[in-house]
Amino acid sequence: MILRLILLLGCLLTSMASLAGSKIIATGGASTIEGSAGGGIVPWAVINGYGSSGEWAATAFATQVGVDDFTLNVLGASISYDNNWEWSLARQTFKLDNLGGELRQDIFGLKYHIAGELLYTALPQFSLGLQYKKHRDFALPSAVGARDDTGLDLYLAASKMLFDQVAGRNVLLNATLRATKANQTGLLGFGNADNNDYQLVFEGSAVLLLNYNLALGVEFKQKPNQLAFANEQHWRDIFAAWFINKQLSLVAGYADLGSIAGFNSQQGYYVSIEGAW
Amino acid sequence: MQLTTLFATALFFLALLSGCSQRPESSLYQQLGGEDGIASITDGLLREIEQDQRIVHHFADTDIERFRKLLAEQLCELSGGPCRYSGGTMQQSHTGFNISLADYDALVDGLIKVMQQQKISISAQNQLLALLAPMYKDISYR
Repeated sequence: MILRLILLLGCLLTSMASLAGSKIIATGGASTIEGSAGGGIVPWAVINGYGSSGEWAATAFATQVGVDDFTLNVLGASISYDNNWEWSLARQTFKLDNLGGELRQDIFGLKYHIAGELLYTALPQFSLGLQYKKHRDFALPSAVGARDDTGLDLYLAASKMLFDQVAGRNVLLNATLRATKANQTGLLGFGNADNNDYQLVFEGSAVLLLNYNLALGVEFKQKPNQLAFANEQHWRDIFAAWFINKQLSLVAGYADLGSIAGFNSQQGYYVSIEGAW
Repeated sequence: MQLTTLFATALFFLALLSGCSQRPESSLYQQLGGEDGIASITDGLLREIEQDQRIVHHFADTDIERFRKLLAEQLCELSGGPCRYSGGTMQQSHTGFNISLADYDALVDGLIKVMQQQKISISAQNQLLALLAPMYKDISYR
C-alpha cells in the first residue's frame, strides 16, 4: 500500500514539478499523524505545503510508526490556500500486532492562521485548529471504557523561526495548547464513563535546521490519562527531516509512546513521506 | 535503545556543532565577500528578479542602475561594511507597490538561491536573513 503510494507520488512529482508555491523550503513543515502540518506528532502554526499569499497548495503523505506491540499506518492529504487556510484528511490504521485486529480512525482537520509570519515578524505565527475525529472500530474502545466514538480537538499553536541561533543555524520553536477528550489521541475513543470534560494539554517541538534541506527535531506531546483499564503516558520523539525539494520530503525518527493499553514502554521507528504541489 | 540515550546523543552532537562554529572573527560584511561579494549578490539578485514572472512587474518603472547602487549600499551597511545607505526608508520606497507575502517570499527565495550559488556559508546567510526578515513589516502591503 505504502509502496504504491510512493510510486504514485513519484509519478505526480515528475509531472507537476513546476507548480510549487512561493514559500521558502521547509516552512510548510511535515505532515503529522493527524494530517495537520507540523512535526510528527505535534501540529504547528505553519500551513501545509508551499502556497504563499493568494496561492493554493496540496500535500499527500504516508506515515508508519512501528513500536514494540503496535503499528500505526496513516494515509492523508491536505489542501491549503493563501498561507492562511488548511484543510486535511487522515486515515489511521492502528494494528494490534500482539492481540490481533486493528483500530481505524478518520481525522478531518481545519487550521486557520490568525497572526504573525513564521519568518518575518517578531510575533510568532499563530494558528487555531480543530480536528474532528471519528473512530471506525469502536467496539474495543467501548469495551475498555471509552464514552464516545467521535471527538473534536481544538488547538492554538505558535511557531517561530529564529535565525542564526546554534552554530549559525536557524531554530524553529513550536508550542501548542490543545483541548481534547481523546484517549490515546482517539485510537481508544473519547472520554470515559464518568468524565466527558475537555482536558487541556501542552505539546512542543524544537527543530534545528542544519541547512535549507535538513532538519533535526525533538517533540513532546502531553496526553490525558482517562481510562481505568490501562495507563496512558505522554509521547516523545526525535526525528530527522530531509526536504529534498519543494515537492518531496522524508522524515525518519524514533518515537517513545509510553504505555498503550497495558503494553508498557512502546518505542520504535517513525517514517513518513510527503509530496507537495 | 532508551530514548533518553538518543536525546543525550543528539545534544552531544549539537554541542559539538556549536563547538566547531566559534563565530568567525570577521564581520558579516567580510563573510559575504566584502565589496566584490556584495556586488555579486546584488547582480545575482537582479538577474533572479528579471527572470521571476511573479515579481518582475514590480520593477517595471524602476531605475535599475540606481536600485543596484542602493541595494549594494544597504547590504553593505547592514552587514557592518564601510558604506552609508543613501536611499529612502523602506516604507517610503515601497509605498504604492502593495508587495504581498508571496512577493516577499519570492525575493527571499531568489536571494537564498544567489547566496547558495556564491557558496556563502549557512551561518552568514542566516545572519543576513535575520537582518532582512524584519523589514517585511515596512515593505509589505503598502
